[in-house]
Amino acid sequence: MTAVVVAYSPDEYGEAALAAGAEEASRRSIPLVVVNATRGDAYVDPHFADADTVARLRERVGEVEVLQEVVPDVGAEVVRVAQERDAELVVVGVRHRSPVGKALMGSVSQRVLLDATCPVLAVKPSA
Amino acid sequence: MDLFLDGLMNALTPENLLYAVIGVLLGTAVGVLPGIGPAMTLALLFPITYTVPVDSALIMFAGIYYGGMYGGSTTSILLNTPGESSSVVTAIEGNQMAKRGRAAQALATAAIGSFVAGTIATALLVLFAPKVSSAVVQLGAPSYFAILLLALVAVSAVLGSSKMRGFIALFLGLAIALVGTSTGQARLTFGSPLLADGIDVVVVAVAIFAIGEALWVAAHLRRRPLQVIPVGRPWMDRKDWGRSWKPWLRGTAFGFPFGALPAGGAEVPTFLSYITERRLTKHPEEFGKGAIEGVAGPEAANNASAAGTMVPLLAIGLPTTATAAIMLNAIQSYGIQPGPQLFDNEPALVWTLLASLFVANTLLLVLNLPLAPIWAKLLRVPRPYLYAGILFFASLGAYSVSFEPFDLALLLVLGFLGVAMRRFGLPVLPLIVGVILGPSLENQLTQALALSGGDVSTLWSEPVAKVVYAVLVLALVAMAVAAVRGRAARRGASSVEKEEVSA
Repeated sequence: MTAVVVAYSPDEYGEAALAAGAEEASRRSIPLVVVNATRGDAYVDPHFADADTVARLRERVGEVEVLQEVVPDVGAEVVRVAQERDAELVVVGVRHRSPVGKALMGSVSQRVLLDATCPVLAVKPSA
Repeated sequence: MDLFLDGLMNALTPENLLYAVIGVLLGTAVGVLPGIGPAMTLALLFPITYTVPVDSALIMFAGIYYGGMYGGSTTSILLNTPGESSSVVTAIEGNQMAKRGRAAQALATAAIGSFVAGTIATALLVLFAPKVSSAVVQLGAPSYFAILLLALVAVSAVLGSSKMRGFIALFLGLAIALVGTSTGQARLTFGSPLLADGIDVVVVAVAIFAIGEALWVAAHLRRRPLQVIPVGRPWMDRKDWGRSWKPWLRGTAFGFPFGALPAGGAEVPTFLSYITERRLTKHPEEFGKGAIEGVAGPEAANNASAAGTMVPLLAIGLPTTATAAIMLNAIQSYGIQPGPQLFDNEPALVWTLLASLFVANTLLLVLNLPLAPIWAKLLRVPRPYLYAGILFFASLGAYSVSFEPFDLALLLVLGFLGVAMRRFGLPVLPLIVGVILGPSLENQLTQALALSGGDVSTLWSEPVAKVVYAVLVLALVAMAVAAVRGRAARRGASSVEKEEVSA
């Protein structure tokens, strides 16, 4: 079983990744898996989709599996899911990050790009 | 009145105004964050009492206390998780309002209600505290002993899931207070000279509140994030005003007297206010679905109770909440003894403090009405950063008490006690109040017995003492009866666990 794995967050970067991922999945006729993970160490995490958003996702994209997890490392979780599903492709949305911000908060995209064992597609929201 | 105006002048000096602003901002911030409350903040900020003059420190502490009462409501309304135990009830209707798109109105009625209630209650405080103090000044040691005893029992029995747990916490606190050689005899020092001076209250408070909470959170670090409801600037229309003003006044009427009683501060009056509003409302169909009265009443009650707490604190030297207990300790650390003589000995200090309460209250309204959306962003701070800071200040605070590394070891041991108390559902308040009031209790007892030459009957020789003991016996009997009845009725019913709520 193979798949296209999308690292999703409910913002423009996640949406861009999702759009690209959906296109790739239908072109290759393989399932789409959306991963939305959080470290769960703050009371509120704006990168974690709420139930409404998830429902809308399912409606819009059609046949899609949405995984929502609380994990120590979001990037590692995306890589883990990709390996588990034997994914052909991982899609991430990339954003500008300052060196300081990266040092403090880490970078999910960087983790995925460096650690994934399959090709990674990095997309940007259309400006 | 002249005294009050002098106090106001003093409270409005740029320096004191700055401390008031810092106090209310800090207070609101810790109020917003679940698990961190004004009591912990005061304990962590205790070292500033070494350098800052007494009036400025108290102004800041009072600002934190009032701000904490206010900040808890924001979290309750937007997140359905109470930021403070005093805003548990607010979450019931407040979050429902927010879910129906009325978050702005809920925040507005909470903020304006807090202001109205805080102002009225502070005015009552200004009127009543001197009267209470001049009545109390005539009491002898036996009456004091009785009142302290009643306060300890009430604080232990009123709150929490079980009275047994309350009393366990109380006796833990009293045991910690016994350590030392203050009576001339070494008690619980285990022969160590390091324990001869006793365990400083600051170390106990910082350990139980800050270390205990930090370790507890570390053990439950990862959890599914909650959804915060987005909100703009709080506002209300005519109809909301019309429905809010009566609950504000009724909430004040509940909050102030309960704050003054040793019944655990804001929890009982907020709950009573909620029940009353539900019964009196003209819109019963809205209750449970976001009735504005259910936010207005309890939020007024919790701020009024904060002012009420100041009456016994200033007039008798009797703290009724954990925050007040730490304020009492702060006042004592300046060599000032709160109590009946305070109004005569330190009029400038008292009136400055009272005036600063009005200032703090106004600042809260002015600053927080526009800032509500920013406060909600605080909830995004990852807990590891937050608690790293808390642990740092906790260690610093404990070490600065006597610059003794031993205190840090003590801090850790008592911190584990704090975790264990959270794990087994022991309330924290009785312990802190026990540590702070234990020595006074003993003092009054020795004084009474010394005057009577060791005759125990002196303890019930004064009329006030008799009345207090009668109340105590009545309360104990009522508790026993309720326990027997409750056991029969409660079989099968489950108790609701309150999570992440600090005193």
